[in-house]
Amino acid sequence: MSSLSAPAALPTPVVLPAAKAVFWLVGTALFALAIYYFIGVDQGAYSVFGKDMHVHEFVHDARHFLGFPCH
Amino acid sequence: MEKRLILRGVIAGAVAGLLAFVFARIFAEPQIAKAIDYESGRDAAQAVLDKAAGITAEAEGPDIFSRTIQANVGIGLGMVLFGVAMGALFAVAYAICLGRVGKLRPRNLAMLVALGGFVGMYLVPFIKYPANPPAIGHPETIRDRGNLYLAMVVCSVVFLVAAVWLGKRLQPRFGNWNATLLAAGAYVVAIGIVMALLPALGELSANVKEYGHHATETPLPLTNSKGTIVYPGFPADVLASFRFYSVAAQALLWATLGLVFAPLAERLLDPAARAAAKPAPRQPEGVGAA
Repeated sequence: MSSLSAPAALPTPVVLPAAKAVFWLVGTALFALAIYYFIGVDQGAYSVFGKDMHVHEFVHDARHFLGFPCH
Repeated sequence: MEKRLILRGVIAGAVAGLLAFVFARIFAEPQIAKAIDYESGRDAAQAVLDKAAGITAEAEGPDIFSRTIQANVGIGLGMVLFGVAMGALFAVAYAICLGRVGKLRPRNLAMLVALGGFVGMYLVPFIKYPANPPAIGHPETIRDRGNLYLAMVVCSVVFLVAAVWLGKRLQPRFGNWNATLLAAGAYVVAIGIVMALLPALGELSANVKEYGHHATETPLPLTNSKGTIVYPGFPADVLASFRFYSVAAQALLWATLGLVFAPLAERLLDPAARAAAKPAPRQPEGVGAA
C-alpha cells in the first residue's frame, strides 16, 4: 500500500519529526493496546485481576463478535 | 500536530465503534442467542447422559451479568471501546506514514491506513482462526487459543509494516505498480508460511486427547453409549451467519473510521484546501487526484 500513490500534485505535506512526536505516539499506542487487551484477552488466556470474571462477562458478546477466542 | 491527529482518530474510532455496535445489536445478537440456546440444550442433554452413566456434573456458577445486560450494554461498551482503541492506533499509524509513504493526499492515505488496519488487525488473523460464537471453544484450551490468535495478529501487522517498507524500497527500481505487487506478494507468502506452521485449533494436544483429530473445536453431534445421536452438532447456518456478520462489522468499523477521519485530516493537512478557503491566488488543481 506504500507505493500506491496517486499522481497528485499535492503530496502529503508534513512529515512529523519523529523525536518530537514520539512521546504522544508511543503513549497513545500503549493506551490503545491496553484497551485492546481488556476487551479481547483479559480474564481469558491471561488475567490481571486473578480469577475475577467481571470484565470478561461484561464484554462477552463483543469479544466473540470481534473475533477473539473466548472461554 | 500529532495531538490533533490522535484526537481526530479517537473521535472517528468512537463513531465507527458506535455504528458497529448498532450493526452487532441487529445482526449478531440473534445468532449469539441461537448459539447460547444450542449450548444450554446440549448441556442439558449431556447432564442426562452423565446421570445415566452415574457421573454427577459440577454445578455451574451463577451468571455475573444477565443476558440482557450482555446483549445490550456489554456489547455496546465493548464495540465502542474497541473502536476508540483502533482509532487511536490508526492515528498513530497515520502520523508515522504521513509524508513517508509516497505522494498521497491526506484523505487517500487515511483510506489506505484503514484498509491496512482491517486486513492486518482482523481479516488475516480471521482467515486462520475465524471468530466463533458462544458454545464453540473448549475452556481448557483458552490459553493456547489466545496465544495463537495473538501470534497471528502480531505476525500479520508486523509483516504488513514490513511490506510497506519493502514496497517503498522497491519503488525506485520497479515503479509504483510493480513494487506494490511485489510487496503484496511477499506479504502473502510470509503470512502463508506462518499460517501453514501454526496448528489448527482442533489439533491442539488437549483436544486430540479428548476428542480425536478434528480441524476445529466446533461441537460434533452428542452420542450416547450406544452411538445413537441424542443431540445434533452445532448448526452450520448459525456459524456461517455469525462469521459473515463478524467480518461485515469489522469492514463497517474500519470503513467508517477511514471515511470519518479522511475529511478531518484533509482539512487539517492539505495546504490547497486551506488556500482555497481564502481568496488568495489558487494553486493548480491536482491532476487525477481522487
